[in-house]
Parts: sequence; C-alpha cells; structure tokens
Amino acid sequence: MKHITTVNKPKMQSTLKTGGCGECQASCQSACKTSCTVGNQVCEK
Amino acid sequence: MKAKIHKFEQNGTYILLDINSGAVHVIDKMIYDMMDTFDGSNDDEVVAAWQDSYPQAELREALTELHSLMEAQELFAPDIDVPPTFKQHGLVKSLCLMIAQDCNLRCKYCFGDGGSYGQERAVMSPEVGRKAVDFLIEVSGPRRQCELDFFGGEPLMNMKTVKAVTEYVHQREKETGKKFKLTLTTNGMLLNDENIQWLNENNFALVLSLDGRKEIHDATRPDVGGHGTYDRVVKNFHKCIDSRKGGDYDYRGAYTYIRGTYTHNNMDFTKDVLAMNDEGFDILSMEPVVMKDSPLGFTEADLPRIFEEYDRLTDAYMKRHREGKGFYFFHFNMDLSNGPCVAKRLSGCGAGHEYFAVAENGDLYPCHQFVGRDKYKLGSIYDGVTNKELPQYFRESHVLNKEKCRSCWARFFCSGGCHANADLFHGDIRQPYEVGCEIQKKRLECAILVQALLALEKMDAQAGSDKE
Repeated sequence: MKHITTVNKPKMQSTLKTGGCGECQASCQSACKTSCTVGNQVCEK
Repeated sequence: MKAKIHKFEQNGTYILLDINSGAVHVIDKMIYDMMDTFDGSNDDEVVAAWQDSYPQAELREALTELHSLMEAQELFAPDIDVPPTFKQHGLVKSLCLMIAQDCNLRCKYCFGDGGSYGQERAVMSPEVGRKAVDFLIEVSGPRRQCELDFFGGEPLMNMKTVKAVTEYVHQREKETGKKFKLTLTTNGMLLNDENIQWLNENNFALVLSLDGRKEIHDATRPDVGGHGTYDRVVKNFHKCIDSRKGGDYDYRGAYTYIRGTYTHNNMDFTKDVLAMNDEGFDILSMEPVVMKDSPLGFTEADLPRIFEEYDRLTDAYMKRHREGKGFYFFHFNMDLSNGPCVAKRLSGCGAGHEYFAVAENGDLYPCHQFVGRDKYKLGSIYDGVTNKELPQYFRESHVLNKEKCRSCWARFFCSGGCHANADLFHGDIRQPYEVGCEIQKKRLECAILVQALLALEKMDAQAGSDKE
C-alpha cells in the first residue's frame, strides 16, 4: 500500500475464543514492583 | 460511544491504532487528516471534505486502502465484549509476601510508610511464609505456574524467612508438580556476595531499585540516618549483575532489572534513565511516583512537562539504538503482534482475584499496596478468604465495567490502571486516578511509536537484503 504500512499482525480478536489459559505472569498495574503493565506482556502460549 | 481508533503524531510519524484488533498502521498525513471524517461508509463525504487539501485521485486511492484494512478486520474491528474465556471467578496464581514490614531506607515517596505500612514494624516468620506457600498451592488449583514475590520493606532484612520459604517451595514443587517463579525486590543495601550467590543459585528474578543520577537517588532514597545510598547500592548492583552475565544464568534471560521512580523533583528523568545506562546498566525502568497532596507528586499542571520528557526519552532511546548502544526500557518494550489475550487484558494485574498480598502476620489483601487498608482485608492464610464479595468485586472491576475506561483508547493496553491508586485518590477502585491515566497514555503512545519505528527499520533491512 502506498499510504499505509501495517507494522504488526495482531491476534487480539482471535483470542476472544482461544485465550484465558491464565498461565501468563502477573502484571502490576502501578508498575511499582514487577513493573509489568498488561500492554508490555507477551502471551505465554 | 466506544472509541474504535486512536491516532497520533510524534516527531513527524503518524500512527493509527485500531483499538479492537490492536493493529498499528503507520500512515501519511493525508490519511491522518481523512480519519477525522472517515467512518467506513462515507467515501464521498471524505472526498468532499478534503478535496481542497489533497488531489481527488489520491483521496480515492487512500480510501481503497482503508477499505482493504476494514476487510482484514484491521480497521474498525468489532467491539469487544466480555468473552467466555474470561472466567467468572479468578484463580489465585500469585502471592506477594511482605517478608519484612521494615526497611533500612527512608525513601521520601514510600507508599509503605518506611516499610511498616502504617503498622508495627515486623518481619514475617518462616511459619507464616511456609503456610502462604501451602495456601497458594491450594487456591491455584490446576494452574501449573505459580508466582511468589518477596517484597517489603526490604526483604533481605529477613533472609531467614526468604531462605526457609524458598527451601519449602522447592520441596513442594517436587511434591505437587507445580513450578514457582520467584521474584525479589530489593534496595540493594544488603546485596552482599553471599546473598547474591544464594539468589542466583535459587533462580530469583530481581528488581533492583535505583533512581538515576547520584544526586537524585541520594536525595530521595536516604538510609535511616539520612545519608545518601547511591554509591553503596550501585557497587552492589554491579556485582550482582556481573555475576549473572553469561553462562547458564545470563541476567538478560532471568528478569534482572534496575527500576527507578521519578518525582516532581526530576521531571527531566531522561537524564536519570541515561545516567543509569551510562553507569553500565542496560535493562531499565523508570516510573512516575504516585502521591497525593505531596510536593513530590504530580498534578494535571505537570502533564505537559512530563509528556515533553517522554518525547525526549523516546528520541534518546532510538538514538542509542541506532548507534548500536541500545538499552532495554521496560515501558517501550511491547509485543504488538503477540500481546496478551483479551481475557488477560480484562483481568489486568489480577489484584484481589488472581493475586493477593500476604502481610507479615498472614493477613490477606488484594495487593501489597492495600496492606494496612482495613476495609480491603480479604481474610488470612489460616482462615482463607472470609470477605467473599471483595474478590468478585475486583474481578468485575475491569475496563468494560468502568465508565471512564469503556470509552478510552488505551483500555486494552493499561487494563484500567492501578486499583490501589484509584482507591488512594477517589476511595473507589472503579474511579481511575486521572493523572496516572494521562501519563500511561503518553507512555503507551511512545511505546507504540518505538515499536512501529523498529518494525519499519526491520522491513527496510529486509527489503534491502531482498534486493541484493
């Protein structure tokens, strides 16, 4: 495309059906200790 | 109305985020402008609105591109509701142990009142620690991965319990087949050779607290006698990190990082991040302090200055990366393609339903920041959760149930912010702390930009090698 470059292959919609295994790391939202807000996480699957 | 897209410009790069798919598009200025008008079905209106600024043929061409994104569900993707994968009840998988409600520092911004959390200074006994491990094994049910955070105060002030709990964890891992991830947060004062070796041998992830420049750190993180601590802790951090380099236990794979806090006194915190990098540390984090009615805390009036500083940090981060001297900055590190599932984005930190804190006496709270806030006491490791409604209330306090979050573009990245901060400012975990939200959103924009720039560099390099 000339005007748009998509930089990722997002999976968020597909995880509406497949996610929720709960094996991922806890993520402190205040970032005061584990410093890991959800946006900075990766899926463990 | 729920926002479906978010667009922003930073340093000449135009970004379009499709909120419900997570797709990130780098766009030109024309598309950026057109998105003020385009709703997916009004091409002629878009052309009429922008034909004085751009050639009609170009506008039509751009509209074709936008429609192809819509077909791929990467633009105006359907709204997300609570999916069936978000289970009705949480499963507790993680405990924060308040190993020592006491500390050998007196940091000016401590939310734990110098480690005591408003209570008597005390340390956790090995018995309480071991009982907490049993409690976690029981409540985590079928979940294999469990997490224990050794926290305080300063946990290394109570190595007796740290060691006893760790030994017990290893025993119970063998008996149950569960795997425990152990993390310890320390101010570094007691990080001597013996402790470092023991922490390495026991596979601890480490969070090491440092506030950047020496003068900043010494002013905010004095010892009990009021003396600066920078020189002492930096020496220990070097020893610790050097001991984790290479071999089977390279620190880069073992979650060992330096984290700092910035306050109203150092809104030029890029200098602190770079100072830590110049000191030789390359896995870094720097967070805004959260304080109410304090000269160290932030108000809305500080936001423009803070935003400007994040732009500066972004530039500095990219500059060092391009010079081959890049460092890892936690909040710019985001996997745009393989981020968490929607269920995780709703559960957020899990405080109160997937994650509890255990006070030194065995009382349970939704997280470490709630320790000592009586109305949030959940129960104890001996009696279990006796306040049955509270975990469910936390579970259901997700972004789709919070009025301010529902319409926010950042809802699936921040997961509604910190409950403890919301409670601190509004006495209600469903009323987000606004200044924190604004800083979070700016930080997310910077992270998305950084990841987009890195992806473009990779694409260019690929295109270059394909030509060769």
